[in-house]
Amino acid sequence: MGFEVLLKGNNMVRLLAGLAVSLRISLVSVAISIVLGVILGILMALKNPIITVISRVYLEIVRIMPQMVLLFLVYFGTTKAMGINLEAETAAVIVFSFWGTAEMADLVRGALLNIPAIQYESSISLGLNKLQTYRYVIVPQIIRRMIPLSINLITRMIKTTSLVMMIGIVEVLKVGQQIIEANRKASPGAAFGVFLIIFLLYFIACWPISMLSRYLEKRWEN
Amino acid sequence: MKKNYLKRILASALTLALGVVTLTGCGSASAKESPAEQTSSEASAQEQSDSKVYRTLDEIKESGEINIGVFSDKNPFGYVDENGEYQGYDVYFANKLGEDLGVKINFVSTEAASRVEYLETGKVDIVLANFTVTEERAEKVDFALPYMNVALGVVSPKDKVIKDLSEIKADDQVIVISGTTAETYLEKNYPDIKLQKFDTYATAKTSFENGTGVAWANDNTEVIAYAIENPGYEVGIPSLGSQDTIAPAVSKGNSTLLDWINSEIESLGKENFFHADYEATLIDTYGKDYEETLVVEGGKVADSSATEASSEASTATSSEAATDASSAE
Repeated sequence: MGFEVLLKGNNMVRLLAGLAVSLRISLVSVAISIVLGVILGILMALKNPIITVISRVYLEIVRIMPQMVLLFLVYFGTTKAMGINLEAETAAVIVFSFWGTAEMADLVRGALLNIPAIQYESSISLGLNKLQTYRYVIVPQIIRRMIPLSINLITRMIKTTSLVMMIGIVEVLKVGQQIIEANRKASPGAAFGVFLIIFLLYFIACWPISMLSRYLEKRWEN
Repeated sequence: MKKNYLKRILASALTLALGVVTLTGCGSASAKESPAEQTSSEASAQEQSDSKVYRTLDEIKESGEINIGVFSDKNPFGYVDENGEYQGYDVYFANKLGEDLGVKINFVSTEAASRVEYLETGKVDIVLANFTVTEERAEKVDFALPYMNVALGVVSPKDKVIKDLSEIKADDQVIVISGTTAETYLEKNYPDIKLQKFDTYATAKTSFENGTGVAWANDNTEVIAYAIENPGYEVGIPSLGSQDTIAPAVSKGNSTLLDWINSEIESLGKENFFHADYEATLIDTYGKDYEETLVVEGGKVADSSATEASSEASTATSSEAATDASSAE
């Protein structure tokens, strides 16, 4: 099955270290994406024509450009064009935040615009001021609507970090390939076992996040 | 009213976010003040003042560290063993370079597609990643003297070994992987041979094992390894067509480093270093028989066909695709 290669030397530790790299890149990117995405989302909901045009162009770029191209552009392009020598991980975080911010902003904008006007009007007629309207009426609804979608984004981001191997970062999948290749003669069937373990590692990383979202959704429903 | 309010939150949120970003930015930069980063920031400072991307030999020696791009998943040329140490034919040579320079080696895991970029941006000083010398690449990077041969090879079943392409009958088909040197070479020089083309290494292999073709043409390193791993098959033609070479590469214009590597390869030739390298790393895969076919000692290619290789270099760019495809196995 190929599990025996994982017990050789410190292969398992290397895989876990690779997973840590994947998680570090994706979680830092997610944190930045949430902060910037919320800001951009609010801006977009203002329906200012200039902001709308700029954000549309930005969203389209993110949608059209493969993340791989963005990685190459940021990692190698900045050095070629501007002489800035970015660390590979910094480049990866920039690319993933660039992508995540766009998706988060779109979610926030959608959620904000989906709140019917009557909610604002009713709050005012109940005597709530603006701050209270947002605090007690609007924001809770937005958060609830956004949670499943942003969890989806986070898990997608963790999975997409496998691309960073193209700019020399050794993350979990790359370690897996290294282990398989290093044992290609000794245990030719190692691929199955190694990929199964990598699948489990991704699962262990993403499952708690999904559980957290389910818990939060339930808690905020009441 | 509503808009005004939103603007106000926005303003405060923006300030907050900017603050957070600047703080985390500073935090991560200071937290990771590793030696590697110091050298890279030195390099970028250098580059802004001199508008060159690379580090000269003296600058590398001064920094005490050299960045070498190698493959980390191409056994037996460049791979990582179970203790996390880089190993392989290319790495063995890299270690020798580091030792003779008296610097610590920082291995960078590269992919076939990004090797040129790494040198063009000076993110590594040397690429030692099974890098085939081609004319196209030589416009972007500087190749040192070669240390290995690569050519085409043809493998066929043991009971019907094909030792010469003229043995192939009109109805027989030869298996190739699309986009490889083998495909280009056979189409150009043997237009009468019928080819069966596959996109990946895995499909070509399955098809060959099921006997749909009389032979399989690919990079000789690939077919030799295949024949050794699969008894019942034999490499009838170990070296066919244009002979290409594999050489270290440095950033375009980095003459101090290039000259040093060249003189190093020449002096290592005197102690038969690359034969020792072969015996330490490649012999398990290729056996003793192919040592002379594959190893280039002292930068001198024994075969005279090497000179014509450079003129046909444009066809060789696709050999990378073969290497890529093989990694799918």
